[in-house]
Amino acid sequence: MTNVSAELDSRFRAAAAEEGLLDVAYDVVDSPLGELFVGISDRGLCVISYEADPDAQVERLARGFGSRVLRSTRPVDPARRQLDEYFEGKRKRFDLDVDLRLARDFGRTVLEELGRVPFGEVTTYGELAARAGKPRAARAVGTIMNRNPVPIVLPCHRVVGANGSLVGYAGGLERKHQLLRLEGALLA
Amino acid sequence: MEPVRIPPFETFYEEHKDPVFAHLRRLLGQGAEDAFQETFLRALRGYPELRNGRHLRAWVFTIATRVAIDETRRRRPMASPWLHELAVEDGLPPHAELGHLTDNLPPKERAAVVLRYGFDLPYDEIAAALGSSEDAARQATSSGVRRLRERSKRS
Repeated sequence: MTNVSAELDSRFRAAAAEEGLLDVAYDVVDSPLGELFVGISDRGLCVISYEADPDAQVERLARGFGSRVLRSTRPVDPARRQLDEYFEGKRKRFDLDVDLRLARDFGRTVLEELGRVPFGEVTTYGELAARAGKPRAARAVGTIMNRNPVPIVLPCHRVVGANGSLVGYAGGLERKHQLLRLEGALLA
Repeated sequence: MEPVRIPPFETFYEEHKDPVFAHLRRLLGQGAEDAFQETFLRALRGYPELRNGRHLRAWVFTIATRVAIDETRRRRPMASPWLHELAVEDGLPPHAELGHLTDNLPPKERAAVVLRYGFDLPYDEIAAALGSSEDAARQATSSGVRRLRERSKRS
């Protein structure tokens, strides 16, 4: 059987995105924290995941955003570039549209507040809960952080316990450490 | 029967891209690349309307066949030399001129006759291309041929 060449394959994937036919375009992006699965919808960045194995991610995206999910490099390039710059220490805030359509109500408010926590600073779960209008919802904020659809860009690594402990991170505490060290928010 | 869930397009594409490309190569020879891209772009456009994942292979083969027929029609002036090349390459008979002789057949019979006698496809592949059973593909082919015979007697 004649197989599809890599060139023809990527030509189709680029054309599919260019014609606006995709619900989500995704690619795997290299980073110092390991491979990142990055997805872009028509409204913006919709997923960053440390779980780079595409199959489960692709299924999940198809359920949430529509079945036309396809790996396609070009739509992911701006996010890839900004992530590279961030990890090289050349970028302190991301200039990307974020698609939070799957987050509802309080979850969405919290994620929007999270986006305002600046580079190099930390806040606490309780503080973030208060800023989102529910001062006693620290625990709920923890859950929302754990399910953050776009970690790094929405900086849930900047949220720590009231006593300063790192508490938890969906990508593992080691990664939270690395990110805070990169930002100079931790000395060691 | 319960409808089968529609897979993410990535899964569908990875599963079918090589057989569809092989099909287009058999139909078109060297020009198959553009037809390949057009086939999957059309598939993407139609994908949200799909309600059942059961016959995806037949569905995409039908699209590919239509794209190939459009393409053949578009370059009909060049059909002969180019088909000759294809015949040498794949050992296929250069009968795709059948295309315009069959213009007045009902669409399904026309596709069946062209695929069988123009492109020498086996009935199982014709069935896949038409989204029907192998029996139905045989039937469509033979009734198309019967119709052509009757027509040539009359003229």
